[in-house]
Order: sequence, then structure tokens, then C-alpha cells
Amino acid sequence: MKKPDYVYVTYIATTPEKVWQALVDTDVTRQYWADPTAGCARVNVSDWKPGSRWEHQRIDDTHAVDIVGKVVESAPPRRLVITWARPAEEADDSKHSRVAFDIEPYGDALVRLTVTHDGLDPQMLEGISGGWPKVLSNLKTLLETGRALPQSPPAT
Amino acid sequence: MDIDKVFKSLADPGRRRLLDLLHRENGQTLTALCEHMDMSRQAVAQHLQLLEEANLVAVVWQGREKLHYLNPVPLHEIYERWIGKFERNRLGALRDLKKKLEGDDDEKA
Repeated sequence: MKKPDYVYVTYIATTPEKVWQALVDTDVTRQYWADPTAGCARVNVSDWKPGSRWEHQRIDDTHAVDIVGKVVESAPPRRLVITWARPAEEADDSKHSRVAFDIEPYGDALVRLTVTHDGLDPQMLEGISGGWPKVLSNLKTLLETGRALPQSPPAT
Repeated sequence: MDIDKVFKSLADPGRRRLLDLLHRENGQTLTALCEHMDMSRQAVAQHLQLLEEANLVAVVWQGREKLHYLNPVPLHEIYERWIGKFERNRLGALRDLKKKLEGDDDEKA
């Protein structure tokens, strides 16, 4: 494995199974994987078997696919590794970066979720660096409170 | 994690400097970080330990090298708590101010 570009860690008061489900189940993903620039949530669609394809889809009418990749490792509920590429560069493996999700129990009531992203080109590095912290803190809020985040800040 | 630890970690200029160094170049070893710090290696290691306990620094082992990464997730939670939810109002206030100063005519904008 190359030296990671980014390592994100969050501690969530939940179970590894629920974190896993939140990563692969589109009914859960759509509740927290918000992207303010797209104005709609995204879901990750795949059968999550090693070697399978996955797609990062918008959930609006366009179902536009912004990111694609392959499932490298799938060991529920502990570890998921996927590759990550622009749709136009899908055929070129050298353009795929790699994301690993490690889910470990921490103490009695916490789960430590580590997201490691390596092999990013500078543009993608710029694009995703603001994205993961938001996705992970939304995920934490959803799993700990059961509340989905609003798509845009509530009017006051 | 404990938000007190996050603020306590941030209250020290040396630890903020370490976060700045990791922001500039992520994934550095203790040795590399020490080159830019005006204190003993042991003191830098202790600061990194506190940052790790506050979850502001994440550690990855690459062979025998311990690499330190800036973990912005707790900072994002602070942002969400005190800034994110006010953003809409603030942007609205700026828009109103602009309208007032420029005249209430969107065509001119």
C-alpha cells in the first residue's frame, strides 16, 4: 500500500454492523451522504462483492454517476476497500485511487471508523479533502441520534 | 470523543504549529516534524500524543515508520455546531446588505 494521502478517524457510539450497513445500504447512505455542491444526496450502488463495480450516484432524477470503481476487499462488518475514479477514466487502472474503511470496536460502546484514501491525483485531492469530514460527521450524527440531516440548512 | 480534549489541544501554540505542519504536508514522521519545531524530540512526541488522544491526529504505520495525519473530523463537528447552522442567516444578511447598498434592482447586479 502506498503512503495514504488522507486518514480520517471518527468515533461513533454504535455497532460495527450498523456502520457497515450505513456504508453499503443505499436507504441509509442517502440520509447522510449529502453534497452541498450537488444539492442532493448521493448513494453508493454495488453488490459489494470483491471484483464488483460500484457507482457513486446522485439520487435526483438524473442518477448522474460522479465516481466509479471496483470493490477490492469486502469483509463485513470490519473492512471495505474500494477503488475510486472519474467515470471517464474508469478503464485506466492507474487513474484509480483507493479508499479503505476500517471498522473496529473501541471500548464497550464505541466504534472507531478509519477512512484511508491513497493514490489521489492533485485535482481529486483538492476535491475530496473537504468532503470526507462532512460525510463522516454526518454519518456519526445519523447513527448516534437517528436523525437524518436536512439537505440544506433549515429556514429560520 | 471528548470535546474538552480538542480545545485543550488547540490551546497550545506548539500543538497548533504541528497541525499547521501536517496541513501543509500530511503523513509526516516524528523526525520530519522535529526539523521544524524548536523543542526537544521528546516534547514533540508528547504534543503529538495529546493531539492523537484528542483525535486531531491519526496515526498510520507504514512498515517501521509511524506517520502522522491531520484528522479534521473533530474540527468539522465544531464547525457544524457553531458555524454551519448560522451560515444561511449570515449569507442572507450579506445579500440584504448588498441589495441595500447597490439598490434593490437585481438587473444591475
